[in-house]
Amino acid sequence: MILQTVIHFIVFPLLSLTLVLGFIRLLLGPTLPDRIIAFELISITSAGIIVVSAIVTDQAVLLDVASAWAIISFLSVIAFSYYIEKWRGRP
Amino acid sequence: MSEILISILLVIGSFFMLVAGLGMLRMPDLFLRMSCSTKAATIGVGTVLFALALYFENLGVATRALATICFIFLTAPVGAHRIGRIAYLVGVSLWEGTIKDELKGVYAEDACVPFGMECRIPDIDAPEVSPESEKGDGL
Repeated sequence: MILQTVIHFIVFPLLSLTLVLGFIRLLLGPTLPDRIIAFELISITSAGIIVVSAIVTDQAVLLDVASAWAIISFLSVIAFSYYIEKWRGRP
Repeated sequence: MSEILISILLVIGSFFMLVAGLGMLRMPDLFLRMSCSTKAATIGVGTVLFALALYFENLGVATRALATICFIFLTAPVGAHRIGRIAYLVGVSLWEGTIKDELKGVYAEDACVPFGMECRIPDIDAPEVSPESEKGDGL
């Protein structure tokens, strides 16, 4: 009971605030690498939200979703850096 | 008792992620931002996953949670290093309070005129650049 209360009134607001801060940096980041860093923070925060949802709903299957999400976010960051290296324009 | 321990771990993890978000918004430089977000978000997700491994008292779930922790701890520095190197090569300006730039003389200084005009990455279409010189830049 105390776990549900803590998650709903402390953990989810903190993680949502992290998402909002990441979106602000994603909007006003001056260069493209800033936006990629903000995107990485948003994706890893989403993985954290999925894990906390697994605790709330008592479904252990959501852990697999979180791990696949982490793998995809890492691959997307690598792909972004690769294409910035190939693209010789304004960053 | 176990619920209190899991709650404390979850609050610690989400607080670390909030610190990562604050650093992402408030730091003056791309590299400082990257430092904040990588370290703090990695610790935060690791703590939250550890709380999940304590919540489900199950060996398979705990093993998968620890494997995910290991994966994030291994891949976050790799991604951060890659983004930082590319950002330095492309010519993202450093903070004016930076006191040490160890990569200053490594790359050719005149190969990058100010910001966004040309960058220090060798032109792959130029005929004078041999493919051996950019072997270290591949994926």
